[in-house]
Amino acid sequence: MSVQRNKYPMPHQPPEERVHNFKEVPLGYKTDIAMAEAKRCLQCKTKPCTKGCPVEIDIPGFINCVKLGQFDKAAEIIRAKNSLPAVSGRVCPYEDQCEGECTLKKAGEPVGIGRLERFVADYERLKGQVLPWKQPVKNGHRVAIIGAGPAGLTAAGDLANMGYDVVVYEALHAPGGVLMYGIPEFRLPKTIVHSEVDYIKKLGVKIEYDVVVGKSMTVPELLKDFDAVFIGTGAGLPNWLNIPGENLDGVYSANEFLTRVNMMKAYDFPRNDTPVKIGQVVATFGAGNVAMDCARTSLRLGAEKSYILYRRTEAEMPARLEEIAHAKEEGVIFKLLTNPIQFIGTEKGVLKEVEFLSMKLGEPDESGRRRPVPIPGSEEKLAIDTALIAIGQSPNPLIPQSMPGLKLGKHGNIITDEDGRTSIPGIFAGGDIATGAATVILAMGAGKKAARAIDQYVKEKKA
Amino acid sequence: MYEILEKKVLSPNEKLMKLKAPLIAKKAQAGQFIILRIDDQGERIPLTIADFDREEGTITIIYLEVGKTTKQLGRLEVGDSILNLAGPLGMPSEIKKYGTVVLIGGGVGIAPLYPIVRAMKAAGNTVISILGARNKDLIILEEEISEYSDEFYITTDDGSKGTKGFVSNLLEDIIQRKNKKVDLVMAIGPIIMMKVVSDLTKKYNIKTLVSLNPIMVDGTGMCGGCRVSVGGKTKFACVDGPEFDGHLVDYQNLMLRNQRFVDQEKHACKVLEGQA
Repeated sequence: MSVQRNKYPMPHQPPEERVHNFKEVPLGYKTDIAMAEAKRCLQCKTKPCTKGCPVEIDIPGFINCVKLGQFDKAAEIIRAKNSLPAVSGRVCPYEDQCEGECTLKKAGEPVGIGRLERFVADYERLKGQVLPWKQPVKNGHRVAIIGAGPAGLTAAGDLANMGYDVVVYEALHAPGGVLMYGIPEFRLPKTIVHSEVDYIKKLGVKIEYDVVVGKSMTVPELLKDFDAVFIGTGAGLPNWLNIPGENLDGVYSANEFLTRVNMMKAYDFPRNDTPVKIGQVVATFGAGNVAMDCARTSLRLGAEKSYILYRRTEAEMPARLEEIAHAKEEGVIFKLLTNPIQFIGTEKGVLKEVEFLSMKLGEPDESGRRRPVPIPGSEEKLAIDTALIAIGQSPNPLIPQSMPGLKLGKHGNIITDEDGRTSIPGIFAGGDIATGAATVILAMGAGKKAARAIDQYVKEKKA
Repeated sequence: MYEILEKKVLSPNEKLMKLKAPLIAKKAQAGQFIILRIDDQGERIPLTIADFDREEGTITIIYLEVGKTTKQLGRLEVGDSILNLAGPLGMPSEIKKYGTVVLIGGGVGIAPLYPIVRAMKAAGNTVISILGARNKDLIILEEEISEYSDEFYITTDDGSKGTKGFVSNLLEDIIQRKNKKVDLVMAIGPIIMMKVVSDLTKKYNIKTLVSLNPIMVDGTGMCGGCRVSVGGKTKFACVDGPEFDGHLVDYQNLMLRNQRFVDQEKHACKVLEGQA
C-alpha cells in the first residue's frame, strides 16, 4: 500500500479575511482528515520522532489511537507527558523537532504530528471534559514555582502529578507568561491558554498573581516554606538596536507592543483601557517568530503597510516556516539585507522615518550563517509611523539581582546543569531565564527535566 | 482583590486611599511604587507608595485624577476592591546619612516624598523640606512632613500659602546661605519642576536625585515602555529607577514620551464621563 506523500492540508482562514480580525488562522483538522493523516504514520519501532520531542511524548502511540478513533486514549497518552498540548500543538517548531525526524520525510512530507497533537488537544477541550488523567496522591512536600509561563506551568503540572503541593507565583495579573503577553490571539487563542491552565489547576496547583518574586518576596524566603524552588521567569528584558532615535515616540519594543495588544487587549480600546497607536506604516525589525507576530498584528490593527526589515536573507530567518508563509500571504512586505542606522523624528520628537543601509552576505560567522556586511553609500530612508524592535530578549534580572550567590552567565542567565540545578541546592531554573530566549517547547522540556530533578532532590534530602 | 480601607478627598481631584496589601506593606521601602489594575478591562498604572504600615498590612496611595484610570479609581469607595496590585516595585531610595538634605515635593509628588522624609530623618540627616503647588488646596501632608523636618517650607504659585513663587527660588536661597552646605537635593513632582531644580543644583554642583513617572505597562522590566535616557544610556524606570541622577536625565524626551497616548487618554476619559 502506498502512503500519501504529503500531509493532508489544514484549512485556514483566507488571508484577505483574517487580516481584519484576531481570530485563529489555522482552523485544525476535522475528525476524518485527522484519522487519514494518522494512517500515514509508519509506526516505526525506533520512534525517531519521539527523540525529537523535548517533552518526550509517545508520538506513534497517540497517533495510533487517532488512527483507530480512540481520541480519549490519545489524549491520555499526550497528557502523560505534556500538560499544555493545545499550546504546543500550535506553536512548536515541529519541522526542527518531531517532524524533522520522521521517516516519511525521506520520501515526501513528514506526518503532521503537530496538527494531530492539536487535533487531540482540541477534541479533549471541546468535549468539555478536560480532566486529569489520574488524580495524584499527595506526598506531603511543597514546591514553589516562580513564573506561570511554559517552563513553570510544565514543572508545576509534572510535580503535581508526582504528588507535590505546588504554588506558582506570577508577577503579572494573568497566567501563561509569553503565551499570554507575547503570542497573539490569532496564533494562540487566550481561551486555550486559560483552559490549559485550568487543567493544571485541577491537578491541585495553586497560582498566586501579582507576586513579583525578588520584590514582593525573595527566593530565600520561599526556601523556608518550600522544599524546593523552580525559577522560570523567562527572557523578559527586550534587546534594542542601540541606534540614534530609538526613544522617539513611535518606537516600541516588541514586548511592549505585543503586551499592549495581547494581554491588555488594546485592539479593543476603549472597551479595554490600554491604548496602542500605530499609524499607517509600520516597520518591524528582526525576523523571528516575534517579529512575524508584530508585523501581522500591525495589519490587523489597521496598518496600510507592514514591513519586516532584516539584515540577512530569508534563508537565515529564525522564524518558523509557517509564520513566514502566513506573513507573506497576509501582505507583510519583506525588506531583506537591510540594516537600520537611525530613527529620525519630527521637531516634536515623533518618529517619521528610518534610515538604513543595504547589506550583502559575506563570510560565515561563528553561528555558521553568512555575516551581513554593509554596502558603503547605500543609505536610504523609509517613511514610517511605528517601529517595532523584535531582535530578541535577555533574561529578566529581577531575581538574579535579589539573590547574590546564584551563579550567572555573561548575559545574566542563571547557570544550571542539564536538569535545571542551579549553583544553590534546592533552587532550580529552566526556560529562557537559563538558556536565553528560545522556544515555548524547549522551556516546557526544561520544566519537565527540572521537575524530575526536584523530585530526586527532595527524596534524597529526606533519605 | 485588594480592599479599600480608607479614602480621603485631599482636594477636588486629588485623593488618598489606604489599601489592604499585607505582602507589599511587609516589603515596601521609601521610593518604591506599585502597579494597580482596577478591573478586567483596566490598564496597569504605576503609583508611588505614599505610606505603608507593616503591622496593619496596608499601603497608602495618593493620586491626581488626570486620566481614565485615576478618575475611575476616584469613584471607588471604602469597602470596594481593586482587582490587581503588585509591588513594591523599583529600587528603594538610597537612604543614608548625607548631612543636610533638601527634599522637594511638587503637587502630587509630595505624596511619595513623605516616606523619604521620614527615612532620611531617621538616618540622621538634617532634613529641609519644601512643598510646592499651584495653590494652597494642593498642598498635602503638611503636618506629616513637617513633623520629620528640621526646616519646613511651602511655596505656592499664587501665594495663597507660604512663599509666593516656585520651589526653585526657595531652594536657591537655601543653597546660598553660607552657614549650611547642602549635601543632597531630592525632587519629586512635575517633570518641569524636576528639570528646573536639577538645572539649578548643577550650577552649584550638588548631587540631585529625581523620581520619574514614565508610562509603564508591566513594571517588571519586560516592556521597556518606561525607558528614559540617563547620561546618554537607556534605563528602565521600573527596574533601574524610579530615582535617577537629576543632572543626567533627558527631561525633554521624558516629557515627550509621557505624551504618547494623550489623545487616546482624552477619548477614554470622554467615554468614562459619558457613562457617569
